[in-house]
Amino acid sequence: MYFEKVKAEYVDGKRKLIPTGEPDVFYPADDVIIAIGQENRFEWIERDLGIEFDKWDMPVVSPETFASTAPKVFFGGDAALGPKNVITAVAQGHQAAISIDLYCNGLDISDRPAPDTKLFSTKMGIHEWAYDNDVTTDNRFIVPQADKKETLSNRLKEVELGFDLATAFKEAQRCLNCDVQTVFDEYKCIECDACMDICPTNCITFTTNEDDENSLRMKLLVPAINQEQELLVSDTLKTGKVMVKDEDVCLHCGLCAERCPTAAWDMKQFNYNTAKAGHLCYA
Amino acid sequence: MTYIKPKFAHPRLPENKLGYTRKEYEGSLSTLCAGCGHDSISAAIVDACFELNIEPHRVAKMSGIGCSSKTPAYFLSNSHGFNSVHGRMPSVTTGANLANRSMIYLGVSGDGDTASIGMGQFTHVIRRNVNMTYIVMNNGCYGLTKGQDSATADYGSISKSGHVNSFEGIDLCGMAIELGATFVAQSFSGDKAQLIPLIKAALSHSGFSLINVVSPCVTFNNNQGSTKSYDYVREHNEALSSIDFVPVREEILTEYDHTKLKVVEMHDGSLIKLNKLSPEWDPQDKLSIMTALHKSHERHEILTGLLYIDSESVELNELINTTNVPLNTLTEKELCPGSEILEQICSDLR
Repeated sequence: MYFEKVKAEYVDGKRKLIPTGEPDVFYPADDVIIAIGQENRFEWIERDLGIEFDKWDMPVVSPETFASTAPKVFFGGDAALGPKNVITAVAQGHQAAISIDLYCNGLDISDRPAPDTKLFSTKMGIHEWAYDNDVTTDNRFIVPQADKKETLSNRLKEVELGFDLATAFKEAQRCLNCDVQTVFDEYKCIECDACMDICPTNCITFTTNEDDENSLRMKLLVPAINQEQELLVSDTLKTGKVMVKDEDVCLHCGLCAERCPTAAWDMKQFNYNTAKAGHLCYA
Repeated sequence: MTYIKPKFAHPRLPENKLGYTRKEYEGSLSTLCAGCGHDSISAAIVDACFELNIEPHRVAKMSGIGCSSKTPAYFLSNSHGFNSVHGRMPSVTTGANLANRSMIYLGVSGDGDTASIGMGQFTHVIRRNVNMTYIVMNNGCYGLTKGQDSATADYGSISKSGHVNSFEGIDLCGMAIELGATFVAQSFSGDKAQLIPLIKAALSHSGFSLINVVSPCVTFNNNQGSTKSYDYVREHNEALSSIDFVPVREEILTEYDHTKLKVVEMHDGSLIKLNKLSPEWDPQDKLSIMTALHKSHERHEILTGLLYIDSESVELNELINTTNVPLNTLTEKELCPGSEILEQICSDLR
């Protein structure tokens, strides 16, 4: 199989493959499987409809409203902003649907409805949470595969067999519960240090605040060096100290909330529902 | 739905000189009430032992009965321990200390275990200057039996049920100094910056060291009107000095300003540095601290910090000249040295 040599160049942040002009390269192979990609082609759209196209021959689409330059035409998925994954395509579809709905109701399409968010306590009783707070030390489980002899001879045979029930359960237990947030109420805190003492990863520190965030980061029980992860810093407490939590190492195990005598800590689940067309918030 | 401490630790947890992290000094998960001051003291003990580079197997945790005496299960799980009869921890520790003086004895007791049922034991362990650290987790009530006033509850303190205490509370520190204790400190469970260096100094002291730690009982004695609640102690806490502990062999580079800083050299060469001294008090002067304690009592203040230290202290084993090696390592050769030695002893007595 011969391959043409190209090099990647970035023009306005977009990747472009340009032939280097060098001779083609030969790779010997037993078998060659051709995978065909997909691309956007819009030859079928007449260019006098009022839909503007850019230099890549892609429609000009707003990344917020997914409206084209023609007021009644909307795009979503690969056709809108280029190929991404299916989750993005669905989300864009929702946004386009909201725009269509607003447009049909005679409303401003740039006035977007907010997503529906909720934060609610998962406390159910002593040592009981509505989520599974156990932290497992298991490594990732390997998905078993069918025998190669079989999968290579029968192309309809699925390669990954999937987990059995027990392993699937264990794999699910590895969930980090990042939807469950540690929420701190300053006015309830009596500064008994119980949360600081119990935290298995020493991510909670009660200390005096600093003007400079970096010096505060270095003052924690274990310095918080991952600058990409913001610190949770409370308001000033009664004794003049603040509670600082390094979110970088939190296991969401809930022990801080468990050992808090005044429920100043609570494990709250964060729910996010994306806004959808026909939502009541603009009715 | 689990109540287990995860095995995960911070990936960058600092190590001490022995290569251990704090995890190696921790114990099992506390079963005390959430927010109990005793848990903070346990955490301070963990920090102190970690920072002092103590090998956990060299520590013996001694306790009696009570909420406080349960805590040895929640720190230093790699150490030895003895949970003795109510109030009898001092005599068990005295025995253990005489049998093996190479161990570090850490006694943990409460206000009931010390000031009520164990008062006799407490006075005698001080009198004998047993080489141990005696931590009193003092919450002024019997938390294990629903919060009745204890012997250290202050006069006029109001219990959770509204009852006003009509008896004077026992001042353990004043009493210990009177009885000749060689290291006496008072602290508050909510002030680790003070408590940790105090525990480190106490563990390094040769002889009996007492730390009376006011440790609020969140369940039964953290109400308005209580003199052992978090709020009350924070408002009435009067620190005599800020304290730094410099372990032996650590190089000292700076010169001190002796007008502002008092440095007490300990038996093993460690230093206790006391900053921002209260002017009318000297930690090596018994009279000054007794006066300060009485004055603070009148002013309804809780004096905290290192109250008194006698750095010339001679502990029990030195005093009665016992053998340096643990008794269980003595063989027949040492115990029965033969008729020649016996003859020599007898001739000395003639």
